[in-house]
Amino acid sequence: MTVITARTPMVLESSLYADAWRRFARHRLALGGLVVLLILGAASAAAPLLARYAPNQVDLRNMGAAPSRSHWFGTDDLGRDEFSRSLHAGRVSLSIGVFSASVAAVVGTTVGAFAGYYGGLVESALMRLVDVALSVPPLPLVIVLSAITKPTPSVLILIIAGIGWMGTARLVRSSLLTIRELEYVEAARAIGCSHLRVILRHALPNCLAPVIVAGTLAVGNAILAESVLSYLGVGVQPPTASWGNMLKNAQSTMTTRPWLAIFPGLLIMLSLLSVNALGEGLRDALDVRLKG
Amino acid sequence: MGTYLLKRLLGSIPLMVGVSILIFAILQAMPGGPLAVYLDNPFITAADLTLLRHQLGLDQPVHVQYIKWFGAFLSGHWGISYSSGEPVVRLIAARLPATLLLMGTAFVIATLLSITTGVYSAVRHYSAFDYTVTFLSFLGISMPVFWFGLMLQLLLAVQLGWLPVAGFGEPGNWADISRHLLMPATVLSLLSAGRWSRYTRAGVLEVLSQDYVRTARAKGLPDRAVIFRHALRTSLTPVVTIMALDLAALFSGAVVTETVFAWPGMGSLLIQSVTKVDYPTILAILMVSSFAIVLSNLLADVVYSVLDPRIVYR
Repeated sequence: MTVITARTPMVLESSLYADAWRRFARHRLALGGLVVLLILGAASAAAPLLARYAPNQVDLRNMGAAPSRSHWFGTDDLGRDEFSRSLHAGRVSLSIGVFSASVAAVVGTTVGAFAGYYGGLVESALMRLVDVALSVPPLPLVIVLSAITKPTPSVLILIIAGIGWMGTARLVRSSLLTIRELEYVEAARAIGCSHLRVILRHALPNCLAPVIVAGTLAVGNAILAESVLSYLGVGVQPPTASWGNMLKNAQSTMTTRPWLAIFPGLLIMLSLLSVNALGEGLRDALDVRLKG
Repeated sequence: MGTYLLKRLLGSIPLMVGVSILIFAILQAMPGGPLAVYLDNPFITAADLTLLRHQLGLDQPVHVQYIKWFGAFLSGHWGISYSSGEPVVRLIAARLPATLLLMGTAFVIATLLSITTGVYSAVRHYSAFDYTVTFLSFLGISMPVFWFGLMLQLLLAVQLGWLPVAGFGEPGNWADISRHLLMPATVLSLLSAGRWSRYTRAGVLEVLSQDYVRTARAKGLPDRAVIFRHALRTSLTPVVTIMALDLAALFSGAVVTETVFAWPGMGSLLIQSVTKVDYPTILAILMVSSFAIVLSNLLADVVYSVLDPRIVYR
């Protein structure tokens, strides 16, 4: 460690995030994860430009074609181009992942902030709620919820967010328990800041690091949850493609057309790998210790 | 110790009540309510629905319904399945052994894999072996369970024909059951094995730099004795806790694994009940698995306090 510090040039003005970025840039796995994610994200976003076929364009003369130059990932049981569908599915799967994790982070931060800042009865009530929510097995619960509500993608985002906010709430609460006792918080109160302003402007920015790390890892969990739900047939409904429901579709013809099962799964795995690598790099860079 | 256990057990009672309220409330809030399955049935008239609602007590206030249901649940009356007409208790009792077998085998595989690889890569840290294990456990954590299951089926069952694709095998014929069990149990163990291996590695690494380990080395003990007699026990304390806490994840994984491998356990029962909107069965499965999670969290605390002599029971 000392060797590295000696080699780094002395920086007089360096912020927490500049330091973090320097540490992050040294983490090769995390950088790789970030690059892969950006590529996947950009390719999905540009799906209409990159894909040569419409995702739901049926071609009955080309059913179940093997991967070739005109159909890179082959075609499925209706002759739809698997590559185009994979790109369009990426939009659905990745955005459900990102939005669910964001909603979960906001809910978790709010609950944790109120519990940690106010303490007392508010804290007991909110944290018992967290305990209860953590005691229900998450995946079975979302399966039941989405099977019964038959959700649109936006409802699906809320359902998946519903199982992901508790960890963040615990993290933020424990940071705020320490922060609210600090002198600068007292100073802020003394010059007349309202409680809400103290929480938003002074306390929360100081416990953002664990939220960022937990939120990044939550993106992976949400992508996985969406793919499992769609694979079970209770998530994103066809004809809209998601990586999960493409796998469901592929399962029955897996022996004769294995490529249909291989590519969407590879994309899911690649996104999970990169998100987890990114999360890990951020954890090291921001120097966060997460419990559990 | 006894009073500590009793205190913790009593403490988890309000938690279990809270869980039951949450699950009950969520299912109450669902569109269509418990009778949703009958709403689309052309042979059931509005009058029939009113009658059913009255017979099942669904016209009573919500809190009365909850109290009656929870009381009945505690005394073992878990209702009648809407789809099969059988008592839910009997349905679950029939499925539970298969799930326990699957989860238990996966647990054993994951424990063996993670402890051996974790200890070895800590002892030889920054070696090629360590990097390989670190990468593989990272892969295990990031692998979508159901896709890995599909790929194994494709490779080991379809292409090579070594193992059966899916199913439970012939009841009573243990050789056949083990052949069917091997693939799903391995798939299910993967996530836990990856997580636990990393915790073991971190734990052993931390302990190996402690003074008492240096003392043990200094007095001339062989490496093996230092690692297994002195270091391992201390470093496994957090790992054992994580293992107990991971039960929820293991059960979630079992639901998916059972579906992929057509394994006749609680997970596939849940999926079947969900597609048939079979409320009593769904409720019972969620309750049973939540209670198992609460108990395993309790177990984690107890195990932790037993393994770590620095913790004093109060």
